[in-house]
Amino acid sequence: MTSNLLTLLVLAPVVGAIVVALVPRGNESAQKITALAVTSAIFLMSLLLVRDFQPTAAMQFVENHPWIPAYGISWKLGIDGLSLWLVILTTLLTPLCLLGSWDSIHERVKEFNVFMLLLEAGMLGVFCALDLFLFYIFWEAMLIPMYFLIGIWGHERRIYAAVKFFLYTMAGSVLMLVAFLVLYREAGVGSFEIAQLLTAPVSPSLQMWLFGAFALAFAIKVPMWPFHTWLPDAHVEAPTAGSVILAGVLLKMGGYGFLRLAIPLFPVAAVKFAPWIGLLAVIGIVYGALVSLVQPDMKKLVAYSSVSHLGFCMLGISALTTTGVVGSVYQMLNHGISTGALFFMVGMLYDRRHTRAIAEFGGIKNVMPWFAALFLVVCLSSIAVPGFNGFVGEFLILIGSWPANRTYVAIASLGVILAAAYILWMVQRVLYGEVTNPKNEALKDLSPRELAVLLPLVALSLWMGVASPSFTRTIEPSVAALLEQVRRGNGGSVLAETPAPAVTVARQ
Amino acid sequence: MSQILLRLSENPLAIVPWLILLLPLAGFTVLCLFGDAMKRDKEENGAGYIACATILGSFALAVFVVTRLFASAGVGPHGEGLRFFQPSLGRPDDALSTGLLWIDAGGFQIPFSLLLDPLSAVMILTITGVGSLIHIYSLGYMSHDPERVRYFSYLNLFSFFMLLLVLGGNLPLLFVGWEGVGLCSYLLIGFWFKKKSASDAGKKAFIVNRIGDAGLILGMALAWHAFGTLDLFELAEIAKNLPYEPVGQAGIATALCLLLFVGACGKSAQIPLHVWLPDAMEGPTPVSALIHAATMVTAGVYLVARLAPLYRLSEGAMLTVAWIGAATAVMAATVALVQTDIKKVLAYSTVSQLGYMFLACGIGAFGVGVFHLFTHAFFKALLFLGSGSVIHAMSGEQDMRKMGGLRSKIPWTFATFTIGTAAIAGVPFLAGLYSKDEILLNAVVRERLPLFAIGLFTAVLTAFYMSRALFMTFFGHFRGDHEAEHHVHESPWSMLFPLVALAIGCFVVGQIHIPEIVHFAVRSPDELHSQHPVWFTPVVIASALVGILGAFYFYIVYTAGPAKVAAAFKPLHRLFEEKWGFDLAYNAFASKVVVAGSTSVLWKVVDARMIDGLVNGSGALAASLGQSTRSLQRGFARAYALVTLGGAVALIGYLLWRP
Repeated sequence: MTSNLLTLLVLAPVVGAIVVALVPRGNESAQKITALAVTSAIFLMSLLLVRDFQPTAAMQFVENHPWIPAYGISWKLGIDGLSLWLVILTTLLTPLCLLGSWDSIHERVKEFNVFMLLLEAGMLGVFCALDLFLFYIFWEAMLIPMYFLIGIWGHERRIYAAVKFFLYTMAGSVLMLVAFLVLYREAGVGSFEIAQLLTAPVSPSLQMWLFGAFALAFAIKVPMWPFHTWLPDAHVEAPTAGSVILAGVLLKMGGYGFLRLAIPLFPVAAVKFAPWIGLLAVIGIVYGALVSLVQPDMKKLVAYSSVSHLGFCMLGISALTTTGVVGSVYQMLNHGISTGALFFMVGMLYDRRHTRAIAEFGGIKNVMPWFAALFLVVCLSSIAVPGFNGFVGEFLILIGSWPANRTYVAIASLGVILAAAYILWMVQRVLYGEVTNPKNEALKDLSPRELAVLLPLVALSLWMGVASPSFTRTIEPSVAALLEQVRRGNGGSVLAETPAPAVTVARQ
Repeated sequence: MSQILLRLSENPLAIVPWLILLLPLAGFTVLCLFGDAMKRDKEENGAGYIACATILGSFALAVFVVTRLFASAGVGPHGEGLRFFQPSLGRPDDALSTGLLWIDAGGFQIPFSLLLDPLSAVMILTITGVGSLIHIYSLGYMSHDPERVRYFSYLNLFSFFMLLLVLGGNLPLLFVGWEGVGLCSYLLIGFWFKKKSASDAGKKAFIVNRIGDAGLILGMALAWHAFGTLDLFELAEIAKNLPYEPVGQAGIATALCLLLFVGACGKSAQIPLHVWLPDAMEGPTPVSALIHAATMVTAGVYLVARLAPLYRLSEGAMLTVAWIGAATAVMAATVALVQTDIKKVLAYSTVSQLGYMFLACGIGAFGVGVFHLFTHAFFKALLFLGSGSVIHAMSGEQDMRKMGGLRSKIPWTFATFTIGTAAIAGVPFLAGLYSKDEILLNAVVRERLPLFAIGLFTAVLTAFYMSRALFMTFFGHFRGDHEAEHHVHESPWSMLFPLVALAIGCFVVGQIHIPEIVHFAVRSPDELHSQHPVWFTPVVIASALVGILGAFYFYIVYTAGPAKVAAAFKPLHRLFEEKWGFDLAYNAFASKVVVAGSTSVLWKVVDARMIDGLVNGSGALAASLGQSTRSLQRGFARAYALVTLGGAVALIGYLLWRP
């Protein structure tokens, strides 16, 4: 069974999409139930990966089938510590999104479910692909359903947002495509397989150009400052499920792209560019937090906070230390969970009031106490209060980035302060005070369905906050191997690695 | 000196510190899960009983474990037998003997480890002891509040985090407690969330504390990369082998100590991060007593004392600690002179007394600083609870100008409040004198006369403003309206019992000589039993009497006096009333620089005009290409198809053309 588990995982949503498409148009609940059942089954199936995953650096569950042998293109899938948890995050968030959108999508229900399933297939493909060509196909394929999710089920300015999303992403994709082809040609191994390309490094001068192209494509996806302006618009206009997937999974593909492709393929350039990436990252941390502070729209606030959070992830990656990169991968997961939950909760308010403007709310704690309690918990996880997952991630990133650049770490710590400001200010304006707006007087508290969406995420953010080694121990070997690759590519020790603890004190 | 690993498999006592810690957490969990059911069944008082039971249980266990571990070892005159215990739940074969790891990535390992030594023993006894009394008091104080389930659950959560803060064996675990208590403080200050001022104060407390927390995080990063450990015991041991850093040669120790001190300033409300504490009085009064007087706000002092060996290495850090402490002590005392809200007087008094503790640490008398922390926990909790009883009697009124003459109406409150006032003022035989006396004595012995002068002056001010509060509240004539006067009533036994217990405590705790007990923990040099100069004791007692008599004169004898003095020193009076302008400056910075700048520069210009301007410019190109704006689905899909197709053609062309 496990010999082709990844192919099963990637293709199952496609099959599910076909099945949903075959359900008669009038029977919307059957469409919803089918999609939810399929994605839930996929989630359970993906847990087999966790069960059988070995904490080593090796690619696991590898499948390799020739596809277009003439050009060395193959259907090669596999996961390691970098991708394992991102796969799980994807399979977890997708059914939750469907459950969360149960009552909020009223038109074209069938298409919505089909697109969500196709989106899942594309995302899983990106995280599992070990062939550059395959990676590109999935990368592009995943974007199509996302365009439509924003464009069809989005809000008032959805066209503007979709076009902007399209333009940004396309710019990155075109660059990436060109870089792929040049790399393929220059490496001269006659294969698109990533492992093969890694054995034939290109010249340092070309690395600069190719790394630049890759970095730009991925930086847009992250998004890093100053390539972030598509994000607030896309988030605000997307339906809840779109925002959750966008923040939870799609943004992670930027960081993942750096770790899987840009850094190992072009190690010389990566080391040269790292300080600049770190600089953009810390600018993003502070800038995103500051702009987030003054947003009148809840979704925009969360979107800008993502710019800040993802800045932390990129800071850790740019440090090129084990602790920093492990922290980044961990923080990507944390961000997927806490920001995903935040978008769910903003969506729940939107379902009730059809507005996201902070000024429309106030005193919600009086009428929706359970919502208020969970909203606060999710916010605390988002701003990295210790005990929650976010703290471990941010802390590892800050500790791990210290040897690379202390100034960056000091500036990034401003983000920790500002995060408290923008989140708590929003919490205050939404939850506290008296109910002043009569439209809020009769709001219903969370339904069992909504609780079922949120509780897994809340539980996970607590669990990941106290039991981080059970996750990071599977991530670390792959990160160590990646950094070893960078070191070898640069012909020696160029990295600011964390020194091993040198001090021992007598214990009786 | 060594650390004794207390393995559960070898010594069942190892589990006790964990139980002390986890009992309040269990209480919180129960209240969270079943709080709603309790409310439905009108069993809301049950919440209070659960909370009290857990904290009393922790107290009993703390007494048990401390007596078993320390007392049974036989403490000698110089603290022999006082050791460092590391209670471990790990298996005997664990290499690090630390059991579970909380964080483990890239060689950065943080275990779930506890440290029980004389210092943390003093802290947990204070926290659970005073904490229990305040929990009991809350039963009465909050009996009419419809949300007391939520209240007691927060109180329990706070106790857990506070105990973790002082029991945590390494800096990151301490930090969990550190931010955790900050979170509970935020929740409890904003407990009456419908009030804007309450939620404002909670938010302010959290954000200001986060500034300190950032310093602490940076300090941890520095310490890890410099020393390869964040274990508190190991850091103190490492300090033995590091060189002394005079002001001109500041190094790692100075940088580390200053970063950590930023954190201490935030949590313990020292200049310039003190501004949140007075506002925190928006919370229920028992919370002010527990969190904002007896326990949480002293965490900064605990942190500095805990790393005393490191601080002692850095002349610069010690000077900073001493002078920030001294400046805060005198600044807050001056503001307390002009407050009319009884809780605000106590809040500024707390800020001032915390400054005193830092002053002690800064001159090297860490044990004495902890001593003052300990005695202060009792008399300040007593004063806050007493003020709560007054407020309870006054049906919520906090303005002392509307009180007066309450001594006959609420005699128990009056008697205990008087004892508290006498204790903080430094009247002989009461707790405050002993610890304050030692701080000032250390300043004299260590030849830090400017600091001694500031400390003595602050002592006069302290005696004055506290006596003023006492006289305004309990003496003279009642100044409120008739209805309020009619309602005045003594508090129920659940509130009076803690008052009486703490008042008795004020006579006792001064006799427990903390510097000797924590001596080993803070690795203090042996200067504890210095000779008093002949003039010393009379001067210190005189300073208290001057303050008390001054207040007596102005608020009992010559009541028109204060207004005249205020008019005569108008600029000074205004400076005190405006709290030295800190809030004004910070608010202006937050609204005029941060918010306005982020809105009008970053968001509206950089994002909207510059970056988006560029993007939309190229967007016009794409629109003409795919006419995507006319019909979304068709036009948009077409544009997409076009580009994808273009890409595919390029790809295939390239592959075909490829040599």
